Amino acid sequence: MTDAVPILEMRNISKTFATIKALSGVSLRVWPGEVHALMGENGAGKSTLMKILSGAYQADEGGEILIGGRAVTIKGPQAARDAGVAIIYQELALAPNLTVAENMLLGREHARGGILDRRAMARECAPVLQRLGVTFGPATLVADLSMAERQQVEIARAVHARSRILVMDEPTTSLSSRETEALFAIVRQLRSEGMAIIYISHRMAEVYELSDRVSVLRDGTFVGTLNREEISAEALVRMMVGRDLSSFYKKDHDAHMSRGPVILSVRDMGDGKRVHGCSLELHQGEVLGLAGLVGAGRTELARLIYGADRRASGTVVLDGTDITPKLPQDAIAAGLVYLTEDRKHLGLFLDMTVRENINLGVIARDSRGAGILNGAAARARSAAAVKALSIRVSTDMVNVGALSGGNQQKVLLSRLLECKPKVLILDEPTRGVDIGAKSEIYRLIDDLARAGVGVIVISSELPEIVGVCDRVLVMREGVIAGEVGGTTGTPITQEAIGAIATGASHGLAA
Amino acid sequence: MTAVDMTQGATRRRLAIRSTIQALGMLPILILIAIMFQFLSGYSQSGSFATAWADGRFMSWQNLSIVAQQASINTVLAAGMTFVILTGGIDLSVGSILAASAMVAVIASKIPEWGLIGVPAAILMGLALGLLNGALVAAFKLPPFIVTLGSLTAVRGFARLIGEDKTVFNPQLPFAFIGNGNLFGIPWLVIIAFAVVLVSWFVLRRTVLGVRIYAVGGNPDAARLSGIKVWMVLLFVYGVSGALAGLGGAMSAARLYAANGLQLGQSYELDAIAAVILGGTSFVGGIGSIWGTLIGALMIAVLSNGLILVGVSDIWQFIIKGFVIIGAVALDRYRLKGSART
Repeated sequence: MTDAVPILEMRNISKTFATIKALSGVSLRVWPGEVHALMGENGAGKSTLMKILSGAYQADEGGEILIGGRAVTIKGPQAARDAGVAIIYQELALAPNLTVAENMLLGREHARGGILDRRAMARECAPVLQRLGVTFGPATLVADLSMAERQQVEIARAVHARSRILVMDEPTTSLSSRETEALFAIVRQLRSEGMAIIYISHRMAEVYELSDRVSVLRDGTFVGTLNREEISAEALVRMMVGRDLSSFYKKDHDAHMSRGPVILSVRDMGDGKRVHGCSLELHQGEVLGLAGLVGAGRTELARLIYGADRRASGTVVLDGTDITPKLPQDAIAAGLVYLTEDRKHLGLFLDMTVRENINLGVIARDSRGAGILNGAAARARSAAAVKALSIRVSTDMVNVGALSGGNQQKVLLSRLLECKPKVLILDEPTRGVDIGAKSEIYRLIDDLARAGVGVIVISSELPEIVGVCDRVLVMREGVIAGEVGGTTGTPITQEAIGAIATGASHGLAA
Repeated sequence: MTAVDMTQGATRRRLAIRSTIQALGMLPILILIAIMFQFLSGYSQSGSFATAWADGRFMSWQNLSIVAQQASINTVLAAGMTFVILTGGIDLSVGSILAASAMVAVIASKIPEWGLIGVPAAILMGLALGLLNGALVAAFKLPPFIVTLGSLTAVRGFARLIGEDKTVFNPQLPFAFIGNGNLFGIPWLVIIAFAVVLVSWFVLRRTVLGVRIYAVGGNPDAARLSGIKVWMVLLFVYGVSGALAGLGGAMSAARLYAANGLQLGQSYELDAIAAVILGGTSFVGGIGSIWGTLIGALMIAVLSNGLILVGVSDIWQFIIKGFVIIGAVALDRYRLKGSART
């Protein structure tokens, strides 16, 4: 940071899409040899800013990009590469059936008379790979590599192209903790070699561990930059959300006082493959957590209870009646709804409006007979839902696909709530959702529990499970391996859950 | 009014304008082509630019009425095709269903005193064949392209079988007025086509079923998880497509006083698909409108009619039509690119 000139300076960058101002007057300075974290809620403008840097978008008139002190115009991805900017997106841009070397040299292959010179290509790539300390060679097929290793290929490509600025967009989302450590080691090495790394992440801990400085965007504007010594979770949250989050997790409903009679009872649920003999009971007004490692069978169990998949065994009793659903519509009719973990592919209709999405479950009930739509009812329901869940839209006639993750999730939740459920299964309710919307969703869960709805929360984020649940069942390898909280006497802690999930402890039998 | 209200009002207005432009879609191009044909037909007549517009024959009421009649059967088929393509499917069998239904219509029209039954008989024939398509797609989860490719061939054979591979005639066809008569000066064919478009619009935009058709096309997995009976929606759209092809069969028969299982409706499915695509309906489903389809069908009819008026040879008509379809859709994609999601 002793250099007089920042390696990258973006000045007064604005970007307007048809009707939405995505960025207004954002400035960013990045110095060589620093890890510069970029934070902000979903929809704050981080991705837009980086897409402008990579040439995918053009900024509005009046903005300036300086690289190494010289003004540049970045008209496209090629221009970005020439300017020394490399970007690694969450969805990696590699060709899986080519080798590591071919991917690294994509567009600049060595060839003699049109025939690839594989040996020269390998010779050129090997030193870079060696320097990064990776475990695969230049001739390895990318399809044979893990996600973490593919990411390393992208980094190697950037290093080989002599990029001076490397942007990483949430690089650890799909990595295990050991792979994350390996990635951090590489990032630190690149930093010591003088590369500037712009690191986009939602994870406070990573940002804290890795970055030299943090810049925060909110609603398309630049909020500020913190130096290493100023970084704290409180400060960052305040900058991102614009207010204090004193009670982030809200648990006003009293677990013991309000715990009503059993509303849902699942017996011996299994699909013969990934879920075996799972039984659970959920009380009225209870928030029951379903924890476990990825692949433990939580989503599969929820889908079986909901009737989305074929079951091999099991019964579902809701409010004293056997409702064991064959199809989702049976569950919905009985008052059991399920929020999918994959809202874009399995939940929302992205090309339909907010209003249509909210009303989809109830249009038949609201119809004026003979299946004719009741526009007035739809408008009223949608307006009420938008207000109740503070969904941020200019009008509810925009397509859901245009909303941020948090607002999309609220639309999907609204649709489920319109069905007036007795039991709600929420699968990763805050995945890909910004901090503001997160706290609102927690408040909603709390309100529902207080109103007597039984809620099951599936989550991979242990702090979330600990924060919102009254009782937690932990799954491991398709069975319910243990229980904490509630009447078990074991307090709900991340350690207790983690121990059962990994098999280190058995907890109390469920 | 506060500042927020005003910006919201402005956003809403802008959205309204944008959706109008999207709905209009190809209409400006259609008008442009019509103006061009007026000029060219005049020019080819008189050889003078000065009087080309005045000499043009394209925009006479008489000719426009012919264009509308020529567009009518394709409009009816394309309306059914719109339902199917909105769910992300395709129906290649409409031309064959039209032939089979026309055969049924003419044969039934020969029943003494009951000849008018030919029209509902044709529609029912089409409906039955369409439901068969729908059942195979919905229940056995077979790809629509393959199912309807099969029925394209099989139903064609069936159409020949009905008439023992001969042309059937009925010079006293009781419903011939449909094909050749007018109501208040408007041809019956045009009235039927427009009525079909209106009813389709109502079903797609004003009924629960319509919303579900868009939902199934936009995201079938989400539709299933949100409790929509996807199989019923699929059965319905293929049924509609078949029934409208049946209606098209009755219309063809009424025009010709005859039907032929071998030749009638050959490659009609391609014109119907072209009309839907020209109308801006997405091939993957979930996006599109019936008004677009109407404009698409008119465009195809205008092209055929205009090129004949201008005196372009039959061979070149094919080539030009093909390129116009590709070009128009390319232009449409380019125009919509600006409004893509952000």
